[in-house]
Formats: sequence, C-alpha cells, structure tokens
Amino acid sequence: MIGGLFIYNHKGEVLISRVYRDDIGRNAVDAFRVNVIHARQQVRSPVTNFARTSFFHVKRSNIWLAAVTKQNVNAAMVFEFLYKMCDVMTAYFSKISEENIKNNFVLIYELLDEILDFGYPQNSETGALKTFITQQGIKSQHHTKEEQSQITSQVTGQIGWRREGIKYRRNELFLDVLESVNLLMSPQGQVLSAHVSGRVVMKSYLSGMPECKFGMNDKIVIDKQGKGGTTDDSGKSELGGSGKQSIAIDDCTFHQCVRLSKFDSERSISFIPPDGEYELMRYRTTKDIILPFRVIPLVREVGRTKLEVKVVIKSNFKPSLLAQKIEVRIPTPLNTSGVQVICMKGKAKYKASENAIVWKIKRMAGMKESQISAEIELLPTNDKKKWARPPISMNFEVPFAPSGLKVRYLKVFEPKLNYSDHDVIKWVRYIGRSGIYETRC
Amino acid sequence: MEWASQLCENRGLGSKMTDSKYFTTTKKGEIFELKAELNSDKKEKKKEAVKKVIASMTVGKDVSALFPDVVNCMQTDNLELKKLVYLYLMNYAKSQPDMAIMAVNTFVKDCEDPNPLIRALAVRTMGCIRVDKITEYLCEPLRKCLKDEDPYVRKTAAVCVAKLHDINAQLVEDQGFLDTLKDLISDSNPMVVANAVAALSEIAESHPNSNLLDLNPQTINKLLTALNECTEWGQIFILDCLANYMPRDDRESQSICERVTPRLSHANSAVVLSAVKVLMKFMEMLPKDLDYYGTLLKKLAPPLVTLLSAEPELQYVALRNINLIVQKRPEILKHEMKVFFVKYNDPIYVKLEKLDIMIRLASQANIAQVLAELKEYATEVDVDFVRKAVRAIGRCAIKVEQSAERCVSTLLDLIQTKVNYVVQEAIVVIKDIFRKYPNKYESVIATLCENLDSLDEPEARAAMIWIVGEYAERIDNADELLESFLEGFHDESTQVQLQLLTAIVKLFLKKPTETQELVQQVLSLATQDSDNPDLRDRGYIYWRLLSTDPVAAKEVVLAEKPLISEETDLIEPTLLEELICHIGTLASVYHKPPSAFVEGSRGVQHKRIPARAGSGESAESSDVGQSGPSEAPPAVIPSQGDLLGDLLNLDLAPPTATVPSVQPSMQMGAMDLLGGGLDSLLGGDIGGSPSMGAGLGVAPAAMPTALGIAPAVGGGLGDLFDLGGGVGMPTGSYVAPKTVWLPAMKAKGLEISGTFARRGGIIQMDLTLTNKAMSVMTDFAIQFNRNSFGLAPAGPLQVLTPLSPNQTIDVSLPLSTSGPVMKMEPLNNLQVAVKNNIDVFYFSCQYPLSLIFVEDGKMERQVFLATWKDIPNDNEAQFQIKDIHLNSDAASNKLQGSNIFTIAKRTVEGQDMLYQSVKLTNGIWVLAEMRIQTGNPNYTLSIKCRAPEVCQFVFLCYELVLKN
Repeated sequence: MIGGLFIYNHKGEVLISRVYRDDIGRNAVDAFRVNVIHARQQVRSPVTNFARTSFFHVKRSNIWLAAVTKQNVNAAMVFEFLYKMCDVMTAYFSKISEENIKNNFVLIYELLDEILDFGYPQNSETGALKTFITQQGIKSQHHTKEEQSQITSQVTGQIGWRREGIKYRRNELFLDVLESVNLLMSPQGQVLSAHVSGRVVMKSYLSGMPECKFGMNDKIVIDKQGKGGTTDDSGKSELGGSGKQSIAIDDCTFHQCVRLSKFDSERSISFIPPDGEYELMRYRTTKDIILPFRVIPLVREVGRTKLEVKVVIKSNFKPSLLAQKIEVRIPTPLNTSGVQVICMKGKAKYKASENAIVWKIKRMAGMKESQISAEIELLPTNDKKKWARPPISMNFEVPFAPSGLKVRYLKVFEPKLNYSDHDVIKWVRYIGRSGIYETRC
Repeated sequence: MEWASQLCENRGLGSKMTDSKYFTTTKKGEIFELKAELNSDKKEKKKEAVKKVIASMTVGKDVSALFPDVVNCMQTDNLELKKLVYLYLMNYAKSQPDMAIMAVNTFVKDCEDPNPLIRALAVRTMGCIRVDKITEYLCEPLRKCLKDEDPYVRKTAAVCVAKLHDINAQLVEDQGFLDTLKDLISDSNPMVVANAVAALSEIAESHPNSNLLDLNPQTINKLLTALNECTEWGQIFILDCLANYMPRDDRESQSICERVTPRLSHANSAVVLSAVKVLMKFMEMLPKDLDYYGTLLKKLAPPLVTLLSAEPELQYVALRNINLIVQKRPEILKHEMKVFFVKYNDPIYVKLEKLDIMIRLASQANIAQVLAELKEYATEVDVDFVRKAVRAIGRCAIKVEQSAERCVSTLLDLIQTKVNYVVQEAIVVIKDIFRKYPNKYESVIATLCENLDSLDEPEARAAMIWIVGEYAERIDNADELLESFLEGFHDESTQVQLQLLTAIVKLFLKKPTETQELVQQVLSLATQDSDNPDLRDRGYIYWRLLSTDPVAAKEVVLAEKPLISEETDLIEPTLLEELICHIGTLASVYHKPPSAFVEGSRGVQHKRIPARAGSGESAESSDVGQSGPSEAPPAVIPSQGDLLGDLLNLDLAPPTATVPSVQPSMQMGAMDLLGGGLDSLLGGDIGGSPSMGAGLGVAPAAMPTALGIAPAVGGGLGDLFDLGGGVGMPTGSYVAPKTVWLPAMKAKGLEISGTFARRGGIIQMDLTLTNKAMSVMTDFAIQFNRNSFGLAPAGPLQVLTPLSPNQTIDVSLPLSTSGPVMKMEPLNNLQVAVKNNIDVFYFSCQYPLSLIFVEDGKMERQVFLATWKDIPNDNEAQFQIKDIHLNSDAASNKLQGSNIFTIAKRTVEGQDMLYQSVKLTNGIWVLAEMRIQTGNPNYTLSIKCRAPEVCQFVFLCYELVLKN
C-alpha cells in the first residue's frame, strides 16, 4: 500500500510529508526531488522507480504530489487517490497553490490522517469529511452523542456521500449535460477519429433521502421499450423509421451513488444523490456525432522563406443556434519572422510566443462559413529537419449536445417527506464544447 | 527552508495571519523558545507552539528534543491539538522509546472515550507507534475496539491489526487477533468488511502458505455482497482479494463474473481495472463455447476504451495493462484501433504506449489507417517517439504481408528526409524486412547504399553491413563498401566488427576470386589483432572452415536462415500469465513480476491463472520441490563470470529491446555457426576427420572447453564399456520423480524438468523439455560446470527435431564421471547450462549421491574390518532413519538395488546389525553399520568414511531409498 505521501513546491521543497510505512525513510523525500523534480531531462513516466522504491506523481499548477511505496500496490488506485486528494483539498481551500498549502498544513495533515490509514484509502467524500474535519477543532466537543454516531455512520455507511436530515424549503435540481467533442481530421477532410465524451453534472437541493431515477434516449432502453419481447430486427426497423431519436452509448461510468448492479441488469440509473454538485455519469459515444465545425486548411510553401495559409471554417448545425467563444489556432513554424493576416470575421493575431496565429470569433450562427488567409514569412535556416506541421486546432462552445443525447426524465421519490416528483423544480441545460478538435494540414 | 524565511515578511501584515507563519521559525534558540511556549498555561499559545513544531518537522528539522514537552500537551480535550501531538508522536516515538511510554496512559484512556471519533483516533495512532513496549499495551484496547459498537472504530481497528502485525507478527497470532479479523468479514458494515479484507490480504502475503484468507464460497458470497455497498476504495480491496480466489468449477466462476461485471461501469478507474483483473482471470475457467464467454469478451472492450479518457497518468497505467490484455486476448480490442491513435498533445509516455498497442492490433483490415498514422508520427519532434514510429512501420511490414510493399516505400520516403536518426532506424528495420521476404525488395539497396556515410550508430551500421554481405552478389561495389568499413575496424563496436567479419566471409564465398585479399585482411584483424574472444573465436572458426573445407564453409555461412516470427516484443507466456493476475498493480506497469522490485517475502509468491475446466492437472506441473533431498528447488546461477556462459554466449544478447523471438538476423547467423553448424560438424566428423580436430586444438585456449562435448563423447563411451562390461547388476535403483529445474519464466519459455537415474551402471540424466514460448526452439546443447564428482555429458543432447511451441520432449542424456572436478557446495550440486537458438540458460540441481555408487562396491569382509578400524573415530557420523517399516532383509535388498551392499549381518539381543559398504565412482569407500531393532521403526546408522563430508549425503540416500 501507499508508504508515504509528499507535497513539494516547484523548487522541490517539501511542504507536506506524511509517512505511513516503516519501509519508507526520510531519504525517499530527497530521492524524488533529486531524480524527478531536479532531473536534468524531462521525466518520461508518471511512475518511476529508484532504489527499489516506486514513486507516483501528479502535478497541479506548480505543486507536485508524490505517493511512495516499496510494495506491489494497485497503481490505478494510487493515482485515483492522488486525484481525489486534489479534489478534497480544492473543496476545502479552493486553489492548490503553495500559499494555500502552507496556510492549511494542519488541516492537510488532519485530512491525510483520516483518508489514508496505513496507506489504505478510506472514505474521501468531501460531503462526509466536512462534517467532522473542520478547522474549528473545538467544535468536535460540542457534538452530542447522537451527532457523533451520525457522523460515524455516515463515514462508514452505505450512503457515505449524503447525510440524513437535509432540508430545503424549495426542492430544486439542475442537470447539465456537458459534452466535449473530439475530432482528428485528415487534410482531405476524412474523419480519422471522432468521439464525444460527455458528463452529466447534477446540482441537487433536495430534502431528505430522495430516491432518483434518471432516463435518457439510450438506444438500448428505447429499443427495449419499443418492442417488449420481439427480436432485434424489428427493434432496428422501428428505429430506422423514427429517425435519430436514440443514441448508441459506447460506454458509461457512474458516480458511486448509482446502483451499478441495477444498471447492469435493467439498464436503469437509480441512486440517492449527494447534496450539492457532483458528477452523476460520464459517457462516450462514437456513432452519428454532429461535428459542429468543419475546418478546411490549405498550406502552400512558396519557396524557402514564405508560407501561404488559407483556412475556411464551416458551421454545421441549425441556423437558429449560435456557437460562442470560437477560436482557431493555426501553428506557425519556429523560424517565422512576420505574419500578415486577413480575416472576414472576428479578430486574428499572430502570437510569436505561442508559435501560432490565433483567430477568435465571438459568435457564429449555424450553416455559415468564414475564412482567414495569412502570409507567413520565414527566416532562412539550415536546419535540415522539416517543420512537423502540427495540426490546426479549434475551440468553441455550442448550446446542444453533439452526441444527440437527450434527458428524458429525472424522477424524484422521497417516501418519508411529503413532497412529490411534481413539486421538484428541474432545470436541464446542454453545452457542447470542443475537446481536442484537430485538423491536420 | 528558503521559502519559510521569505514568508517572514508577510508576518508584519499581522491582522490576517494564517498557518504559513509557523513555517517561519528558523531562528537560533527557537527550541528553547518553543519549549517555553509548549509549557505555557494558555491553551492557545500551546497549540500555536505545537503547530510550529510540526512545521519544523515537515521541513526535516530535528525537533525530537521537545518530546516530553509535546507529549505533555496530549492530555487535552481539544481534538485538533490532540491530532497534532499524535502526529509528532508517530514521527519521534521510535527514536525516544522510553519517553513514548509516557503517552500510553492517555491512549488507553482515549480508547474508552465516549466519542467514537476519539476512540478510533487513539487506536489508529497507537498502531503507528512502532515501539515494542507500547504494542504490549495496545493489545487490550485493540481487542475492545475490534468489537466496538461503532463501525467507525471497528474499521479503524481492523487496519490496526495489520499495523501491529507489521511490528510484531507473533504477538498478533498469540493474541488471536487474526481470528477476530476473520470474523469481521461477516460484519454488517461494508466498510469494516473492506478494511478487514485489506488487512487480511496484507497479512496473508507475508505468510504465503498460511491459508489465512481461507476463501470459500460462503466468504466469497459475503465479499460480493459487501462489494455492492462499500466505498470505491473498499471495492478495490475486495476485488483485489477476489482475484486470488480459485473457483471450484466453471459454474462458480461464471456466477462470480456475473456479479463483478457491473463494476466495469464505476467512475473510479482502479475499480474498473481490478474488476477486469478478476474477469480476465476467471474467464480462463469458462468453456469457450459457452454463450456467456462471448458476452463477457464483448463487455470488456468499452470500459477499457473509456479508461483512455481519464487523466494522463491513469491513461498510462491503463495502456500498460491494455498492452498485456491485448497479448493475452487479442480479440477483445481488435476493432478498437482508432482509440489508440496518438493525439498531438498526449504526454510522451502516453504516446509511446499507444504506439506499442497500435502495432499489436495492426492487421490486414486496418493496416492502411495504421500506416498513414505512423507516417504522420515519423515527422514529429520527440526523437524516441519518431524512432519508435519508424520501427513500427517495419514491424507492420513483417506482420501484415500485404502491406510490406507500402511499408517499404514509406520507409524509403523517410530515408529521403535525410534526418539522421530516421534514416538509421529505417535501415535497421529494412534489414528485418529483407529477412522476412527474401529476394523481393532488393531494388532499394541502391538507395540504402547512398546513405552509408550518415550511419553513426552501431546497430544501423551493423544492419547495413549485413545487407551488403547478404546481397554481395548483387551489389557491384560490395567489396569497396566493405573495405571502407574495414579501415576503422578497431574503432567499431563488437556488433559491427562481428558483422563485418561475417559479411566479408559471405562476400568471399560468393565472389572468391576478387576478394581473397580482403578476407585475409579481416581474418587477421579479427584473430591476431583483436583482444575480443568472441571475435577471435569466430575468426578462427571461419579461417579453419575456409582452409579445410570450403564447401562445408559455404553450407554453414550461407545456410538458409530460419524465418523470423511476426510478433515481436511478446512477453514470455508464463510471465504474461502472472502479470495478468497483477492487472492494475505496479507489476503490470513495469511488466515485471513483483519479485523483481519488491523486497522481502511480500508479493514474491507467483500468481497463476486458474486452469480451464477439465485441464486442472496442468497447472500443478510447475510446483517445485515436494520432498526429498535430491529435489531441492533449483537455484538459477547468475550468468556473469561463468566461464561456460561466456563461451556459449558469444554475441547472443540482442542489442536492443527487440526480444529473442525475432533475432536480428546477424545474431542468427552467428548462432547457426556455433549451434547447428558446428554441432553437426563435430557430431558427424569426429571420427572421420582428425585434421579438423587437430585444427581446433590449436585454437585459443578457451575453445576445447566450449567444444567439451567432443572429447566427452570418447571418454563417455569408454566409461560405458567399462561399467557395462562389469557385473550384471540388479537395475532396481530408486529414481526420484522429475522436478522442475528451470522454470519457463526464467528461460524465455523453455521449461526443463528432470531427474537422475543409474540404470545398469549407466548414469542418466532424464530431462523433459517443454517449449512454452511462441516460437520454435532449435539447436539445443548442454554443458555442465565442473562439479564434485566430475559428472559430464557423455554425448550431445539428442533433440533432433525442433521443439515447436507447447511441445514437450523427453530426453535421456548419458553421463560420464570423467569430467573436470571441482568441489561444490553442497557436494552434490550440479550447475548446468542449456543452450538453444534463443539464449543460454543456467540452473543448478542436486543429484542423489547414489548416482555415483558403483556396482562393484561390495568390500571383502576382512578388508571391511580393517578399514573400519583404520578410519579414525572422528570421521564417524551417526544418523537416525525414522519411520521405516521393513525388516532387515527387505531393507538390505532394497539398498542393494542402489549399490549399497550388505557384507555381514549380526543379531545381538533382538537387534540386527548390518554392515555395509559403498564405493563411489572416484574410488572413495564408505562403510556403514545399520542397527535395526525389531518393532522399532527407527534405524540407527553409523557411517565412516575417509572423506567425512560425504557421510551426510550417503545418509540422505539411505533415507531416500528406504522410504520409497
């Protein structure tokens, strides 16, 4: 299991050091600094091993978190734990920075004592932790016996992510379907790979211990409902008739509140939600994706000292919808000496420090087209190696889900309290963003 | 602490002071100041002081001098302060054990506190204080906490048992904590169950045979129930524990799989990977024709792909594991090639791993896409990545025949870029393509030759030279090209030198007229002017071959080369199986068994995949060392510094990561020479061509040993006749069952098990060779190191046909005792080297001494008496042979079968005294007196010998023979 956990600043100075196992000595702290943080070459793996000790590290801004072990630990678990540790710290003191860590070092030690016992991760849900790890230490004495046992049963209980006795005057919930659409396209416009990775984020302000059921236009569910016990073929024909009503989800994962065995057997998503904001599910689709933009690049080398670039972007969605925050990034060679840009819409600038022309458009409606042309002057070099031509990348935000996912319902039942599904105010929002949206040129 | 002082300035701001100020106390005399503050009456001041102490501790300052003062602050009702003091205690208690005792009372008291959080805190902290005296006091509170009414306390106590076990394992066992811990598996609270499972798994790892976890269908059921209810971490503990279970049959296996599959949708990647581990392992037991088997296979792909949208560090872990899964079950991800395409912004460690998997998944169906991608990658920035991409193109050509032509043209395009490392890498892979498709792409040789000058890496130079030598007849100026390399012969690396030597010999055999001078030159450079024994040996072999029999030389040097296999870098199957059992863990990230990077006993036990229904036996065969002295587990001798190894080794070690299954061709050539070529030469001609024998005799001193098989043939035969011509003896000597001497894991897929037998005066080593690798094994040879009784092979290892994958062959190797002698420790230890086309492997085994008891070992009575008296009493050793239910005659007969001869028998007061003699092959006599009391199963054995060190081993033979 995890033998120790260290936090360093960018210089490699230790901010936090907690050792859980006897086989990890103080020298491990230095070993990581010397071999990774101060290493002359870039470290080429997030897992490293020196002197028979393994180090796992992640970096958040300029803070290094490192977990150390001498055993054959579950590597995936260690990284998941490090991410979780970051989440917990963020929940307690927002940004992970050197200053915040120093300001909260007592708290961090207290957290590390609680969520990692002898190197075994324990309950690390912030909802639960915040009930008894507070920086008003004295508060703990005021807990009544009932409160105490409520805390412990929550920390260890089956529903560790929610406490009992939550009350809201107005029962309300917000569902955000956030998708990032990823694309890799060849210069000729052939889709090399495309997928949507989506998340359903829920903000729940519900009283008591509400039982929720979430439904979406999942092809498997719709097909099943359409024709109860019939064969596959008829299911398909029905779908063919009804157009693109359901989507094929390649895979999805759920927050730990969702009853996985129920999803596995009935494909229904039922759960008791944590209070406040959390991520209900993640999913991935690859079929029938709506690609909101198409990028058409044209790069011409004119002699050895000049490049001509022309890029056309086309929006591909309903004209009534508006895309926002559009940004096209056209990489330029390292030996660029000057750039002239002309664009029809928005603003374009050559940013020498980023080796790219950045073209920004605030808004653009569907089924439109825009164009940029640039002349890039190059310094002659005798570098034999050709310019690698990194892909043109794009950022945007659209008010629909590129996967086609639709929320069909979110039902809330709370048998003990007297509010019904109808009394809950529900909001649903769809946002599609660019993930890695690249076109090779 | 620079940053600490920088922050001093912020202090002045005063009003909004935060905890970072505690890092600022670095002044002189601070310890003294802190001491005063710690003893202050004001609670707030005390707390501030403790915070300062902890801050100093964090930056590595020694504040142990404050121990008593800090511990004094422990008695507080302020939980925050208490936690800080505990943190201090955990750090320094070990260095101040006596003072740590001061804290015990508070701990014991806290364990009784009405607040469960405080009870748990006390027991948690106490377990972290590694002081023997404290652990004694810990037992009572821990016992109570394990049965506490509050689940939070119980789950903390469960982990505490593991802590205590780490400090004092005996104490945990004596106090019966292990049983209490086992009971917790049935606890009503899922988190208690999960922590108990984690603690038990850890303890069980340090007692590999204890059966501590005692997994049976009932406990498994409890675990599966808890799995649905506990935290994500608890699910990981439980799944990792489940993976160690061996289901009774395929039905149980299926029902566990069914209950584990829902975990594949968990948001936590570690839960997913652990579930994948359980499924990968248990599906091995399911019959392949089962519908469920297919369903399960389909279910595995999506979650694996989803792992690739995790953060890069987790992607890396996932990719390393997918690499294993793809090797074990390629069908799972065969349609998912696209998700492994490299993104421009992927971290380099993700890129390299993706590339590996792309090559594994490449097939005729997707090759066009893959090639287009690889070509794209070959223009990227990172040198390692580009090299790997170029190499990958070559591997595609070898793997998918239809694509070979496209690959070659892509490689040629890349060579045109003239980027130095791209060109070199391309040439290395083109050489492999030539090997795979001879006489197909030679048209490109001209282009390759243009780039001769830019090659500065040994591997690329060697590859180029190989190409020139191989196609010397088509390259007009081959002699000029090779000659140009020859100028700086002594500055080249060994790899290039060896290659150059072979290439020029090839050239000579093809165009003998023009190149006589060149070959003379290289032979003299290699033999007379070189210090490198490998080079010299190869040079001499060529020289002699060429001077005695050019036809034979042609057959050897220009022999048809074996095919290279399609898959490369495959992990050896037994290791792969073990790694599959470690999915998700560090072992699967390193692709090494845990024993390679974990110290001590932990995790060193090898895990195995359960056998498919109906083939339960096969899994048992790898068990080693059941009983008996001759079956001690074989030790693998490290290869360094071993004379034998060096000789057989030559330049076998592949120069790069390319693994043995595809030997770069030049190595193949070399091996053919020493292996197939020479062996057959020696085997066939040994009698007929004395000139060759003599010729070899002149070769450097090391040579005769390398060819030690040759003289041994003669000698061995002689021995055979000597012994065979002796007395007709009963052949009923005891032969131990075969044991695994060389596990496949340590020998790149070759498993050797064996035993020794003496049949009618002939010593035989009975071997079973099993090929557990993916490629065919050929060219077997065996050699012994010098040993106590001069055992040596009396003939070559008769493996006439190549050993194909999964094939097993039984071989009997006659042994002689005329080999070189060196005393071994233990005396009967035999170090063996076995060579095949892949590598040389070393192991050691022990033979029963009865192997060298000769048939004419019956001493004359008179001589016996005299000798017995003659040997000093100090040399007498006494042993007890227990539990033998034979009468003296039966025992005597049995022993005679193993050449232990009874000379006389005497009965005194119901006690039979047998006088026996044994003669060893080296002429040493061993005398024995065995006393057998009727009705008493324990025999007393007295052994006398002039070489007393053999007594122990003679006794072991007695025991072995009598008990079997």
